[in-house]
Amino acid sequence: MAIFLNSDSKIIVQGMTGAEGMKHTQRMLAGGSNIVGGVNPRKAGETVEVEGKSLPVFGTVAEAMSATGANVSVIFVPPAFARQAIVEAIDAEIPLAVAITEGIPVHDSASAWAYNVEKGLKTRLIGPNCPGIISPGESNAGITPWNITGKGPIGLVSKSGTLTYQMMFELRDIGFTTGIGIGGDPVIGTTHIDALEAFENDPETKAIVLIGEIGGDSEEKAAEYISKHVTKPVVAYVAGFTAPEGKTMGHAGAIVSGSAGTAQGKKEAFEAVGVKVGKTPSETATLMRDIIANL
Amino acid sequence: MDLFEYQARDLFEKHGVPVLQGRIADTPEEAEAAATAIGGTVVVKAQVKTGGRGKAGGVKVAHSPAEARQKAEEILGLDIKGHVVKRLMIAEGAKIAQEFYFSVLLDRSNRTFLSLCSVEGGMEIEQLAVERPDALAKIPVSAVTGIDKAMAMEIAKAGRFPEELIDSVSDVILKLYEVFVKEDATLVEVNPLVLTEDGQILALDGKITLDENADFRHERDDMERDALDPLETKAKAMDLNYVKLDGEVGIIGNGAGLVMSTLDVVAYAGEANGGVKPANFLDIGGGASAEVMAAGLDVILNDPQVKSVFVNVFGGITACDAVANGIVGALNTLGARASKPLVVRLDGNNVEEGRTILKEFNHPLVALADTMDGGANTAAELANG
Repeated sequence: MAIFLNSDSKIIVQGMTGAEGMKHTQRMLAGGSNIVGGVNPRKAGETVEVEGKSLPVFGTVAEAMSATGANVSVIFVPPAFARQAIVEAIDAEIPLAVAITEGIPVHDSASAWAYNVEKGLKTRLIGPNCPGIISPGESNAGITPWNITGKGPIGLVSKSGTLTYQMMFELRDIGFTTGIGIGGDPVIGTTHIDALEAFENDPETKAIVLIGEIGGDSEEKAAEYISKHVTKPVVAYVAGFTAPEGKTMGHAGAIVSGSAGTAQGKKEAFEAVGVKVGKTPSETATLMRDIIANL
Repeated sequence: MDLFEYQARDLFEKHGVPVLQGRIADTPEEAEAAATAIGGTVVVKAQVKTGGRGKAGGVKVAHSPAEARQKAEEILGLDIKGHVVKRLMIAEGAKIAQEFYFSVLLDRSNRTFLSLCSVEGGMEIEQLAVERPDALAKIPVSAVTGIDKAMAMEIAKAGRFPEELIDSVSDVILKLYEVFVKEDATLVEVNPLVLTEDGQILALDGKITLDENADFRHERDDMERDALDPLETKAKAMDLNYVKLDGEVGIIGNGAGLVMSTLDVVAYAGEANGGVKPANFLDIGGGASAEVMAAGLDVILNDPQVKSVFVNVFGGITACDAVANGIVGALNTLGARASKPLVVRLDGNNVEEGRTILKEFNHPLVALADTMDGGANTAAELANG
């Protein structure tokens, strides 16, 4: 059983008719995702042919949901309009919204998140600035290469896109229930803890890989959560030991401020609760192999 | 992006936060002219983005324009914790009766905004938080509803301001919140916020951090930014995500997390290789196109400290054969400028095709690595050789 996304998921794409939206709609379809339509208020009523499928374009998320029964939206809307797109998905109460867009002003993501909280958290938001979520063999909502790995017993949650791909690729012979890229922005919807909780409750997930990076305290909180609530084995990897203080390393949220948010602090937090931390991505994959071999 | 004090002052003024007159000066002559224009006693303040300016001799009072000139001569060129003073702000003097503290910031951990307020100001806020935690009010602010007058009054009360100041202080808090929202700031801090002897509330010194993701909706092109390393300037012009570091192994990778990880792995490998370190952070993006690869290699090969380069790419959306063709294209474009050994590690989709392309290209400076750890080792060895 995958978490948050499975073969029953019906996906719409907000911003489907844009260049990025179209490219990744094609890829998701090629990988077997059930895409049922797109949203673009300026092209409502049109139909787009993608990968031999006719996809209707709707004016709003709510219309798309009532016409198609969609329960997942993937958002490729540019930064300036992304907040409005996320708020629209929340207003429509779509169960899962995955915001891929990078470069959204943090006031916009903070206010979209506060709005979601105010509305009672009826929408699970993943991202922004993330690769999305993939449940191999079932569905893919985002930009992760669909053929990177197969189905298996590992759950993965990561702040980084390419490290997610790397880890899934290294462990492709074992496979994954679900991989979630939660994103590298300072304010994101789904956290490491949310994913840990879902993996803990998912009977098919036998072990969990957690990937973190400098900035914020999501990893420290995850470590505390693991010590109290997670019975399944977890291995972790943290990137950014050599990052200088005060410099943003690619991701808007990847910054060490004073003594806060360091990779060393995060590693120590995991080790203090008995979670093994790999020194490199390959060593982390090896730690996971050992765990799977001894299950 | 952290602002200089004078930039924070200007944004305060723009949004109606009460501030004193302040003028920038880059020479002693300009300092004298600014002091003349302001009149009376002035404060000559070094414009550097670090704390402890006062203790380091970067803030001095001057009672006349001639004295302002003299103080400016003393302060310009000072090295304050590695920041050389190139610019001053000449600020109007004030008779201070009391010092307070206020800030509003992005509380990343709780995914909300947070205001901090205290009637006890003047010291570093970290120190206040440790020594007198009860005196520092921490009030969460909703990113949807924000701060209105009633809430501003609540914040002032929680900060233990006396009854007679609540109204005037809350007015200033409202305006500071306007700065926070309208300027897309992640931090607006006033320390100290002061009460003058004639009963005015003023923002005497401010710190503002702006969100660069919001640059597109602001006029920030002419704003003074931190002086960049020349290679960083070149990289920025090419739209590359590059940070200059001080090591010998140039790094190119795709995706912020993978590149950070590559730096770490190279630093570990360096421990056994004469202590060589990564020379830079360079993320050419998940797509890893040939053009961006060429631009990235160009920047890195221009770094005189670089002795070897480690190209670490995971072929996801852009498969490894396309990445390999990109590297071939980049090396052909660069020609003789590609003068340093290149260790290339490819992994992911179509990895065999990618490796075959590079093998057939057979460039004397290019070595292929099977793994990320192995590639980091080879690159470190080459940089140490």
